[in-house]
Amino acid sequence: MQPVVQFFQSFPLDLLLIQTVNGIVTGLILALVASGLTLIFGIMDVVNFAHGELFMMGAYLGVVVLATTGNFWLALVIAVLMVAILGAALQILTLRPLIGRDPLNTILATFGISLILQNFALWEFGPVSRKIEEPIGTYFTLFYLQYPWYRIVIAVLSVAMIGGFWLFLKYSKFGIWIRATTQDRVMAEAMGIPVGWVYTGVFALGAAMAGASGVLFGPLGSINHTMGLDWVLKAFIVVVVGGMGNLGGSVAAAIFISLLEAYASIWVSPSQAVIVSFVVLILTLLFRPTGLFVATPK
Amino acid sequence: MSRHDKIYWSGFCVVMAVLIAAPLILPIFWAKFLTEILIWGLLAMSSDLLIGYTGMVSFGHSAFFGLGMYGAAGALLHTSPPNLWLAILAGLAGAAGAALFVAYFSTRLRDIYFAITTLIFSQIFYVIIFTWTAVTGGENGLIFTRPHFSIPFLYDVRFTTTTMHWFVLALVAGSYLLLRRITRSPFGMVLQSIRENEARTRAIGYPVQRYKIVSVMLSGIFAGLAGVLYGVQNEFAAPDFVFFVTSGDTVIFNVLGGIGTLVGPIVGAGFFQLLRELLSRIFGDQFPYLIPLGVVFIMMIIFLPQGLLGFAKRWLNR
Repeated sequence: MQPVVQFFQSFPLDLLLIQTVNGIVTGLILALVASGLTLIFGIMDVVNFAHGELFMMGAYLGVVVLATTGNFWLALVIAVLMVAILGAALQILTLRPLIGRDPLNTILATFGISLILQNFALWEFGPVSRKIEEPIGTYFTLFYLQYPWYRIVIAVLSVAMIGGFWLFLKYSKFGIWIRATTQDRVMAEAMGIPVGWVYTGVFALGAAMAGASGVLFGPLGSINHTMGLDWVLKAFIVVVVGGMGNLGGSVAAAIFISLLEAYASIWVSPSQAVIVSFVVLILTLLFRPTGLFVATPK
Repeated sequence: MSRHDKIYWSGFCVVMAVLIAAPLILPIFWAKFLTEILIWGLLAMSSDLLIGYTGMVSFGHSAFFGLGMYGAAGALLHTSPPNLWLAILAGLAGAAGAALFVAYFSTRLRDIYFAITTLIFSQIFYVIIFTWTAVTGGENGLIFTRPHFSIPFLYDVRFTTTTMHWFVLALVAGSYLLLRRITRSPFGMVLQSIRENEARTRAIGYPVQRYKIVSVMLSGIFAGLAGVLYGVQNEFAAPDFVFFVTSGDTVIFNVLGGIGTLVGPIVGAGFFQLLRELLSRIFGDQFPYLIPLGVVFIMMIIFLPQGLLGFAKRWLNR
């Protein structure tokens, strides 16, 4: 009994609470990235390998616009719009000719896009990491820590964006088009829905969500040309664990995995804490291969 | 011998003769370049067994390649004198172990899910190798000296650029013939029927998942052999090669050269490396050669999805 009692006595409860807040904040950014990914997959059947690079482009464009205008919120809006336009252009140029082909082709095409964007960023911005200043410099006290309000603002903004997106899908005209296209593409086309433009719009929307999370994440970490891969990997894990094409599942899985990683990094280094999410993935694949939040078909 | 066989084997002999003679004629830089193309070709060819024949796209071949490399490095550093055959054995064992792990879990999923899980699994190996500094040397990797080519008690000689090239060529050609034999065997036919229609293959009574596991493992072992050869050729093992980029390159080689042809991926690897060398010679080392290569890659997917050798696919597999 003694060691167990000792463990609970020395249990870092305050640390645990701080990590809970941290985990939820990163989880919500991850949820924003993953919901863009799952949107594009669920509607277009495209696994977007370039999603992480769109996230990275969002962060870099945020840096550039911030440097010229000096206003973070303006930078957020402009960067998001630019990433959306970039996404639409990429979809028209590369994915539109591939509609109706094997999904493998689209994976490879988006992989090619990710290569190009990554190397473009390296070429344009150089190998040195960039940093965005936190737009809100005030703190509140969480135990012995000065916790930045900015992180709470990010969490709220992410929730607002995901919620707004959900309302958009549910009630707006374009949202209804999107859902109709998902259900039956041919029928939707027969009803006069411009399916090709729905695809472009969806890709642009997904790209905008990745871009927005990129800008929001900017002040929390360093911005470099390889950051996309880490995020897209995590987003893939989230999407597999949450169930592909399932928005609610992705959000829940994103928070779940980020919390686990945050707790794990109390005891091990953050680079090893990543292994926790791999373990979650393996266990999910073993016991519920269609995702934690989707009923397994018998 | 049919007419097809005659043409095929004489073509094979001509290509082999050219590749054997190449290091004697080419300057040393290009000879080494050619050896590396062969090694990358072997890696791409191993993944073609999955992509082209079983219909599963692996984005995790860097794990097998890297494990082969590190397995060989471990064997070379811990035995004295370093033994080539032991290194190959250790590398293959490492790659097979990794392949068994990856295959067991990822074959539960299909299509894109398979691609994503193999990618994530290869990142697991990357994280382990990158952080386990005591064993793998972490970020710096492992450096060792090239073993001699030896036949126990009979023969022992140092590798030169030329003999190394021949050694690699022999293994790559052997692997090609073996893989060709495998894909034309009844086992290979089952793999191709999984690619064409998995549900029907299962309905006929084949244990599809077991076939898939074996095919991932076979593919992993050949990728591991490529890793061993790359390590022996360059005398180091580095975590960079376990990183996702290597897997991505492997897929690019396949698409450029033509999937489902076995030789296509080698041609693809050669095309990619040559284009890269050419671009960096024209525009300088700092030139982001992957941007034009990425554009070429996307154009090929849209306009020439069969790859460079796609036109000969039926003929080569006959």
